Amino acid sequence: MITENASLKPAARRRLNLGKYAGFFLVLPSIIAVGIFVYGFIAWSVRVSLSQWKGLTPDYTFVGLKNYINLFSDPRFMVDIRNTVIFTLVFVLGSLTIGLTLAILLDQHLPGEAFFRSLFLFPMAISFIVTGVVWRWMLNPAITADRLSGFNLLFHNLGLDFLINQWHLTPIWGIAAVALAAIWQMSGYTMALYLGGLRAVPDELREAARVDGASELQVYRRIILPMLWPVTLSAVIILGHISLKVFDLIIAVAGKQLPLDVPAIYMWQTTFDGLFYGRGASIGILLLISVAVLIIPYLYYSLRSGGES
Amino acid sequence: MTSTTAARSPKRRFRFQGRYLLLIPLLLMTIFYLLPLYIMLVTGFKSFAEVSLQTMWNLPGGFSLENYIAAFEKLAPHLKNSLMMVIPAAIISSMVGSVNGFVLARWRFPGSNLVLPLLLFGMFIPYQSILIPLAVFMKNIGLAGSIPGLILVHVIYGIPITTLTFYGYYMTVPKELVEAARIDGAGMFGAYRHIFLPVSAPAFVVVIIWQFTSAWNDFLFAVILTGNENWPVTVALQNMAGSQIIAWNVQMAGSFLAAVPTLLVYIFLGRYFLRGLMAGALKG
Repeated sequence: MITENASLKPAARRRLNLGKYAGFFLVLPSIIAVGIFVYGFIAWSVRVSLSQWKGLTPDYTFVGLKNYINLFSDPRFMVDIRNTVIFTLVFVLGSLTIGLTLAILLDQHLPGEAFFRSLFLFPMAISFIVTGVVWRWMLNPAITADRLSGFNLLFHNLGLDFLINQWHLTPIWGIAAVALAAIWQMSGYTMALYLGGLRAVPDELREAARVDGASELQVYRRIILPMLWPVTLSAVIILGHISLKVFDLIIAVAGKQLPLDVPAIYMWQTTFDGLFYGRGASIGILLLISVAVLIIPYLYYSLRSGGES
Repeated sequence: MTSTTAARSPKRRFRFQGRYLLLIPLLLMTIFYLLPLYIMLVTGFKSFAEVSLQTMWNLPGGFSLENYIAAFEKLAPHLKNSLMMVIPAAIISSMVGSVNGFVLARWRFPGSNLVLPLLLFGMFIPYQSILIPLAVFMKNIGLAGSIPGLILVHVIYGIPITTLTFYGYYMTVPKELVEAARIDGAGMFGAYRHIFLPVSAPAFVVVIIWQFTSAWNDFLFAVILTGNENWPVTVALQNMAGSQIIAWNVQMAGSFLAAVPTLLVYIFLGRYFLRGLMAGALKG
């Protein structure tokens, strides 16, 4: 192998030197596009966020971190942070739990496996807007007996009246009801990630453990689950960054209601309805920072371990 | 050998029977996943007279198409906008991704290792952090409010994921094959045309489906960058759902219409769709 390569080198190298950068020119348009639309625009946003721009005409007068400081004493932004935390916790934990459970169940080679797998995944193909519009009616919070509808009506008909609640109109925790819709949409995806991980566990390893007398439960607890940590990490990062960005789902379920506000909605409203560009940009940049904290280490490690081959 | 089988067979029989109990949670979850779809479909088929929130879970008395027709009348122009936007966006995206993936995987240049991570970061950014410059920029170049503008945006922000998918796919093409072609005097375009393009069909399918779905389902770019008459269906649907005048049963029918194209793609090409999803998880 090595000798073969060495003998190729002189001839190959001459060509390589000629067109060493040919590939670069082919990728250049994309590099420029992403350079402008991602990195350039981020820099531009940072500049807006440090300015006092308010109103239709751009005003880049430098005001330092004023917009950021104001946000942290802004009660609305505090509600946004609380909602994001609740939403993220419920959504990520819910999707992981359901996803892992479904993946383990599907890993038992039961009849209808392919059917279940496709079924649990189909919500992924639907837009958050469609999901939101439908869930809006299923979460309909009417609770008086004659006006019951949606899930509350279903619970009532099943004799589960104690489950009847206000859903997204519940004070403080209302956002968790919206997270349910997000779980519906993304838990199948989480299942697919876990299923991929489970299928990568060598059969011999399971067999060996069984031969050693491990029960099925022990095989999962001691051998398989520890091997799924990298999948869990990927899933947490993907789901986590989706939940930090959540926007259209909430708009579709509840419109722009203050109790269900999140940073992405605040950003949109304050910028495009209120024309507070400086403040809108600083919300955008704060969102970017919170996502980057998750994503940059993730990109670094996954590309480093799998980049060269 | 015989003794092992004998010892294991009772256990195996036990596992065999117990396994079927696991279908119960699976079936319960099936119901959970189907509920929203059930509501969309069933409500759509009810007649105006029959629709009431208090009977929303009941099956329809007959097959009335009133709701679907009403929803279609409202959404038809926007469904068309979505198609006009999504098809070119998906095709252009896949071509760009293919070329990038080829270069970064198998026709590298000094420094090319840095390009992929720098591109990939663009896949994860919250678009709120580029929205203001994007809106200003699109206005300045005269593409604000138009469908071509939206196509451009989807193509550009699609570069990371499409490049990644093709990159992963082309990494499976043996290096030696490319080396051999180089020795034989093939240039970059020759290698791409004769070695990579002919085997690319599966990756193209994955990427086209992925871009089709994500552009179709996009709301944020559409709501910022298009005006009323150019709204794609997501924005039109959200607007319809937000208005007090349009009955909820029509909204449900509209939701179904908006979901049909991606659902069809999923039903017929789901296998590839799944593969596209996995690319988004990097090595997950």
